[in-house]
Amino acid sequence: MATSATGTHAPQLDEKRFTPRELNGARILCECLIAQGVDTIFGYPGGVLLPLYDVLAEYPEIRHILVRHEQAAAHAADGYARATGRVGVCMGTSGPGATNLVTGIATAMLDSAPVVAITGQVSKALIGKDGFQETDITGITLPITKHNWLVMETADLAETVKKAFVIASTGRPGPVLIDIPKDVFQGKTFFKGYPSEVKMRGYNPTVYGHVRQIKQAAKMINEAERPVILSGWGVTISGAFDELMELAERGDIPVINTLQGLSSFPTAHPLSLGMPGMHGGIHANHAINDSDVLIAIGTRFDDRVTGNLKSFAKNSKIIHIDIDPAEIGKNVPVHIPVVGDVKNVLQVLNKYVDKRQHSEWREKIAEWKVKDVKRRENEMSRRGRLRPQYIVQQMSEVLGGDAVITVDVGQNQMWVAQHFNFQKSRSFVSSGGLGTMGFGLPSAMGAKIGLGEKTPVWAVCGDGGFQMTLQELATLIQDDIRVKIAIFNNGVLGMIRQWQQVFYDNRQHSTPLISPDYLKLADAYGIRAWRVTEREDVARVIAEANEWPGPTIVEFVIPEVDNVFPMVPPGGSNLDALSAEDVDKQH
Amino acid sequence: MAENNSKKHTIIVWLEDEPGALNRVVNMFRRRAFNIESLSVGHTEETNISRMTLSVIGEDNHVEQITKNLYKLLEVVKVTDVTSEGALIRELAMVKVTADNPQSRSEIMQFAEIFKARVLDVANDSILLEAVGAEDEVDRLFGLLRRYGIKESVRTGRVAMARGSAAVAAI
Ligand SMILES: Cc1ncc(C[n+]2csc(CCOP(=O)(O)OP(=O)(O)O)c2C)c(N)n1
Repeated sequence: MATSATGTHAPQLDEKRFTPRELNGARILCECLIAQGVDTIFGYPGGVLLPLYDVLAEYPEIRHILVRHEQAAAHAADGYARATGRVGVCMGTSGPGATNLVTGIATAMLDSAPVVAITGQVSKALIGKDGFQETDITGITLPITKHNWLVMETADLAETVKKAFVIASTGRPGPVLIDIPKDVFQGKTFFKGYPSEVKMRGYNPTVYGHVRQIKQAAKMINEAERPVILSGWGVTISGAFDELMELAERGDIPVINTLQGLSSFPTAHPLSLGMPGMHGGIHANHAINDSDVLIAIGTRFDDRVTGNLKSFAKNSKIIHIDIDPAEIGKNVPVHIPVVGDVKNVLQVLNKYVDKRQHSEWREKIAEWKVKDVKRRENEMSRRGRLRPQYIVQQMSEVLGGDAVITVDVGQNQMWVAQHFNFQKSRSFVSSGGLGTMGFGLPSAMGAKIGLGEKTPVWAVCGDGGFQMTLQELATLIQDDIRVKIAIFNNGVLGMIRQWQQVFYDNRQHSTPLISPDYLKLADAYGIRAWRVTEREDVARVIAEANEWPGPTIVEFVIPEVDNVFPMVPPGGSNLDALSAEDVDKQH
Repeated sequence: MAENNSKKHTIIVWLEDEPGALNRVVNMFRRRAFNIESLSVGHTEETNISRMTLSVIGEDNHVEQITKNLYKLLEVVKVTDVTSEGALIRELAMVKVTADNPQSRSEIMQFAEIFKARVLDVANDSILLEAVGAEDEVDRLFGLLRRYGIKESVRTGRVAMARGSAAVAAI
């Protein structure tokens, strides 16, 4: 039955594909995924999925990556999606396979990543009877998916798959889940082909902004003396890199990127102010505070961005452009809302925005920035210590603008956010919303598969987060996924250690953690690895690891005590950021 | 949340009859920490479409968020807040009241008549009434009956419809 991977079978396959015929649910699913353009599934088999795994070999167009834990399958699908803009697909069996996906699905939900999760379910007759490995995964994932389905008829499968991909990838993207009972995979039905369209009465995302609103926004921008742009992940999702650039340059408007919005605007651009909020630059937070017009684009005013809402942008009129109407007015009151796809909205907006110069305003920001520049210089220059900020800066120099960086969560994430020079869209992948430790490596795996040979993909992880999903090293080897891993080994759960130091009087608990010998670990998996302890070696090793034709691990041994600054205490005003000196004084 | 501008809103939701649709609505309220005062749901003139009347207490912008989040649910076809439109709002209640002597029996019957409540059943020591009316009417009837002893009661929660010939439907 299995079609061989020769070029000659293609016409036959097509004929097979377009002839209506009786197929079982498993084959229908594969046909639909291929028609949808899916090339990779990150998955793990199990009892109820066996009818599907039984036919996967017939569909060589679909590459199945056997992960080592379903959480990694979900993160990999997510990383694939974020790095490419295409929908990522993951799969797990009923019960524990499905629940293992949950963290990854929630991660994708909070960062609006288009992921289709497929789960096997016990046979229809067993549903509700606590059958072996039955779990109510549609119930469990109800609040963490954009939508989900339990498919009860093989005949409904094709349409459901189509709906799933439409919903995951349009409007505000997000994860969806399709739960498929074993006998729906086995049941046969007449397959008429993958539907090219589906009707969903209750699903009509607003993609074009209201022109009157846009004109009002343009007027407000044109009259502004101290405008500032806050750009988020929505800019990247909608592919509005160029449009944002045009808006910023036309109006001479400084651009601040949220954590997720990094890489929606080049870090080194003269108008770029980097990140705001908890670990944002002083100048970025001051610019928001002193702005008269804040143009928030594709962003949702997360508390890590705003700090205390009472003191956030209290002097500014706010224009909020977002595709999700429920984001408007959710956290901050807005003067001019524009609901629509960011790219479409900016294309229209840019027509009405005047060319301006805001020299005075930019000079003022430059004054605030002096402090930031000083801090950076300090962080780079402390002699004799291999500091993470320096490593990130070197990574940036060596890798240039081509690489995609995925990060884990904690200090490592913030150091990359603060010091990497992002040049192109989708070059930064981070679990910003859920803050999921263990995200770095598997998301890099997905990103690498999605991007292919040419684009280097680096995962930057702390020793804590890396140990949460390091089982995936085996996946890298088995499927020759050439991810480059940088472990920032400080021997502690760094960000927790920092909080205990700063906010809990340095009462340290449960933060030191041991690691395996990473060189030996890498060796055990057959992965090339380096340990770096000296500044002089950083650039050379990064280059070598990057060149090596295979996955690599670079362990950077960094000081146990090093902090991410500036730091706004949670719930505090963004203007009251603590500096290294403030914290030194505390102790 | 400041409660000063809070008021009771009546929201009508039309949704497709999909498995779990009701669950999604209720779950959204729980997840976003919105409170539901009452909820009633039933079929409509259109096949596959259910109509839900929700009564919620909140400030206007809070209720606006509720509306927007309802629209995010795939099954939800339409949402209208009829609070300010002077819609007719009714509730149906059934109440079983203790009536174990002739005097209480006749008083209860009188109240029933005043409130246009129907007597559905009479037993040795109780009367079962059905009342239809605006929420506060039902409240007042219940208030009067309380002293006889309410053995059992049920209220449907609000249902609402706008006046006039214009029909508000799912489309
Ligand atoms: C799954 C998960 N558990 C716990 C946390 C809370 N948390 C946030 S940062 C952090 C420490 C991370 O330590 P490490 O991975 O070593 O990175 P570092 O901060 O040292 O760079 C923890 C425990 C989390 N974000 N995710």
